[in-house]
Amino acid sequence: MMDPRAKFIMTMGIFAAALLFSNIYALILIFLIQLPIVYAAKSWRKWAGSMRAGLLLAVLIFVMNFVFGSTFVFSAAMTLRFVTLMSVFSLFFMTTSPDDLGLALEQAHVPYTLSFTFTTAVRLVPTMALDAQTVIDAQRSRGLELDKGNFMKRIRNYIPILIPLIVSAIRRSIELAEALESRGFGASPNRQPLIVLRMKATDYLIITCTILIYALAVYVYLYVPLPTPDIPIKMPKIFPWF
Amino acid sequence: MIETESLRFAYSGSSEVLRGIDLTINDGEFVAIMGENGAGKTTLVKTFNGLLMPTAGRVKVDGVDTHDSSVARLSRDVGLVFQNPDHQLFSETVREELAFSLRNFGYGEDTIDRRVGTILETLDLTRYAESSPFVLSGGERKRVALAAVLVWNPKHIILDEPTIGQDYQQKDRLRNFIIQLNAQGKTVIIITHDVEFVAECKPRIILLSKGLVIGDRPAEDLLTDGELLDKASLTRPQIGALMHQLRDLGLPEHAIDVYSAEQAILHALGRKK
Repeated sequence: MMDPRAKFIMTMGIFAAALLFSNIYALILIFLIQLPIVYAAKSWRKWAGSMRAGLLLAVLIFVMNFVFGSTFVFSAAMTLRFVTLMSVFSLFFMTTSPDDLGLALEQAHVPYTLSFTFTTAVRLVPTMALDAQTVIDAQRSRGLELDKGNFMKRIRNYIPILIPLIVSAIRRSIELAEALESRGFGASPNRQPLIVLRMKATDYLIITCTILIYALAVYVYLYVPLPTPDIPIKMPKIFPWF
Repeated sequence: MIETESLRFAYSGSSEVLRGIDLTINDGEFVAIMGENGAGKTTLVKTFNGLLMPTAGRVKVDGVDTHDSSVARLSRDVGLVFQNPDHQLFSETVREELAFSLRNFGYGEDTIDRRVGTILETLDLTRYAESSPFVLSGGERKRVALAAVLVWNPKHIILDEPTIGQDYQQKDRLRNFIIQLNAQGKTVIIITHDVEFVAECKPRIILLSKGLVIGDRPAEDLLTDGELLDKASLTRPQIGALMHQLRDLGLPEHAIDVYSAEQAILHALGRKK
């Protein structure tokens, strides 16, 4: 099990590399680096699913680049950069439980109240999803039809769903805060965690490799001219002002 | 009339919650659905107004298969009052809250005013008409949620755990109100764990366990069947338990409410009141 801090540094390495390069070959390579990681984590389905979620935005990025005069290759490169950024973070979050994240934040000296807030928020997502379904059921039982009406009406129809959800989220937060205080939350600045994260040899190895590879990437970026495939597809000049 | 035929239901990707239920609830009946947590009580009633569609078998409300209708249409006749009023309340005033469903069903503003006024009086909520539902106490919010369903006068009313969080007086008032609704000819179905509440009003009890009906008898019968009660994690009501202990003295076990027990004891003592 990888220390989440090492995992995060590796994630940031890929993230920074994707931001560094605009060259399509480099970006393809950076994207492909993730694959062995996905293999090791055995989360193909979930990872593919998270990329599908960003598909719309990816297409939008491609179209916006292309329409405003960039070459086909450049537009593809920008799209790939976006996809890489999104997928590497998805990969991080889907392989790290909120508990581990919380531990990592704490032991990275983030104030405990902040890391706890973050972990609790993540943990409450499925609970709130269930609540949302109940609210929808309750309002439908009062005759609310969510699939009828024009665009404006449909948006207004969500008010009877959002308000109970927000109110119950606020109520839950207040109750949680009171429960926490009754159990001594924040009483002592010296918290002793039950599980102490220790970086193992493999974690240090991963961090070192990330730094070295990134240094190499910077070198390549500065001093090695990378080829660009010449695909002569460009947006026809139908708009004279671009 | 609400009928189910071999009703089965499973949430997607999960095991079956309802495993073959055949029931008939006639118009104007008073029914309590009881059973342990996870038995499928709430899931069952959600099939009555179309919120959930059977994965096998069918549910018919007044002759109409729920597959051939919609939640909005079925809700006109089947009013479901959810357990937690905070999952429903969203309006600026109690009056607006009550008008919500009537607007959804397409009633005119005059009718809405009239009906809202009536239900406010019936449930003793008139003084809160212009208050925000969020500032009311727990018990009052539950009354508003109940009013919000009764306002459109559905034929069949389902109450999911109406006694939770209510003090004794409120429960008493609620019980009398339910009896009144039933007397007006409405079908009343309550989901409850509250054996004491049920003992005093003696409905027909449908006992669910692990997705199946394991008992369907009048309260006096079912709440005195020790074996059945054990299977469903229920206990005898107090009066019933007392009569059970004293059964060797010839006292009738089926007297599970205060009035019947009083009569039986007086009779046994050779006394009249």
